[in-house]
Amino acid sequence: MGKGIKAVAATGNLSTGFREESLARAVQQEAHFVGCDGGSTDSGPYYLGSGNPRGPRQGVKRNLGLILRETLRAGIPAIIGTAGHAGGRPHLQWAVEIVRELARENGWHFKLASIDSEIDPETLVEAFGKNQIKPLSPAPLFNEEVIRQGQRFVAMMGIEPIQSALASGAQIVIAGRCSDVAIYAALPVMQGIPKHVAFHAGKILECGAASVAQRLYADCMAAELDENGFTVEPPNPELRCTPQSVAAHTLYENADPYMLVEPGGRLDTTAATYKAVSDRAVRVEGGQFVPAKYTVRIEGAALAGYRSIVIAGIRDPLTLGQLDQFLSSLHSAVERKIADNLSPPPGAYTLKFRVYGRDGTLGPLEPNPKLEGHEIGLIIDVVASSQALASDILPLVWHPGLHHPIPEYQGLISNFAFPFSPPGVDVGPVYRFCANHVWELDDPCAPFRTTWETF
Amino acid sequence: MRELWQFTRLIRSKNAGPFELTFDIMFKDREGYDLVLKSGVLSPESIAKIYKVELEEIRLFNIEQILTVKFSIPRKVFSGDVGDTDVYGGQFHGPLVRLLIDETS
Repeated sequence: MGKGIKAVAATGNLSTGFREESLARAVQQEAHFVGCDGGSTDSGPYYLGSGNPRGPRQGVKRNLGLILRETLRAGIPAIIGTAGHAGGRPHLQWAVEIVRELARENGWHFKLASIDSEIDPETLVEAFGKNQIKPLSPAPLFNEEVIRQGQRFVAMMGIEPIQSALASGAQIVIAGRCSDVAIYAALPVMQGIPKHVAFHAGKILECGAASVAQRLYADCMAAELDENGFTVEPPNPELRCTPQSVAAHTLYENADPYMLVEPGGRLDTTAATYKAVSDRAVRVEGGQFVPAKYTVRIEGAALAGYRSIVIAGIRDPLTLGQLDQFLSSLHSAVERKIADNLSPPPGAYTLKFRVYGRDGTLGPLEPNPKLEGHEIGLIIDVVASSQALASDILPLVWHPGLHHPIPEYQGLISNFAFPFSPPGVDVGPVYRFCANHVWELDDPCAPFRTTWETF
Repeated sequence: MRELWQFTRLIRSKNAGPFELTFDIMFKDREGYDLVLKSGVLSPESIAKIYKVELEEIRLFNIEQILTVKFSIPRKVFSGDVGDTDVYGGQFHGPLVRLLIDETS
């Protein structure tokens, strides 16, 4: 196999960027391909549920433009995973439209494969009926009704749909929801690199320069893979990897530091070794790939309601001294007011006071839910069955709250300091993740559809 | 008595997917790693108490090679769901930082 396969990660997330000169240098150092992850479930269920991409569009276009320019110039493929942040159909279309613009504006010519990973409810219902959908832990309730009420579902592809696109001559691959590791493992495995090497390298590369000793800014990362292991070295000379920084990266966002579950098996890094080969490069060997029944993860988002919020400060020491009683008595008073004024059906809304300065960050997990400061930040959080209802409830909470009495004062008081006028804002739809499941597949490519365009 | 952060170079929490939280406590040196492990403040029992989870829900790893204690627990409220307070899970480590370490044990 000669010198091995050089894989380049442009950055950890397509929207966060990288140094133009780092990417150019990495590609010139005989890279075989450039990959980049475009998304994550980390920012919550909103993007998957709403179909909205996470921008900024101009930044994504800049980054995508540089990746396309460098890879087309070098004649190597570019592989983008989880387009538009959530990898659903509208997200993929958003990213493909940016690619079209770039091709048009720059006069570039290439063959694009876009791989749709959105799963229609009927397909999922059928798979569920055939007992092909299995829960992970912890899993929310999942059945035919949940599927039909879901807003959007995606399946997370492994290496096979990407390999199929590359084998058919794709120069640019834009994938919907995709395993981060698969972006970097697909091509090396096609070229004969063992899966334990390719998947382990993929895990280290997927966050770009996050595996360096001191990440000064988001940037590129590169690895050279061979039959026995891989050497990881940042293309930017200002950054360096150490055995500890690389080993530590296997921990990141991973519940089990030694086991990485991927479609078709798991990577076991228990016996892996990390050795310095220079003051900037680290050699990694010794991971094991344990094959398993082929499964892809299913992600889904369902509408949970519509949110409206008010932000207020409380500074009066007497009110703060009895905050729990004040808020619970206010809660009872406004519940009645809402019932009298709006007659919402039972369960049509939730009203929550989030108290920053007490337990706003940790909620019920706060071990010290005592007020110690001289002020609090209050968020009045309303989630209702319609935006109109949430919006109507807001003044029925903040206005009575403003003047809600405490025993120490006689006469009309104003309890809340609102920093804004109007005090409240409609936040929009709220979604929840409604699946933590895998789909058992006979054909790893079956749920995914590839569309070709030539520029 | 010193506090946990005085022995570490990093204490962090983060989502491991939308349904789990994972915590990484990375130590400055072997001595501190051994001392804190011996003190029991990062034992499964201690973690269960701090984060109000059952013992069998905790996955705990003492990773000598990189002087790190890592544990993962299920989320009570899934990321971004109606009652969630921390979508990325990046501040759940707060209660660990100032844990007192008994250095005489």
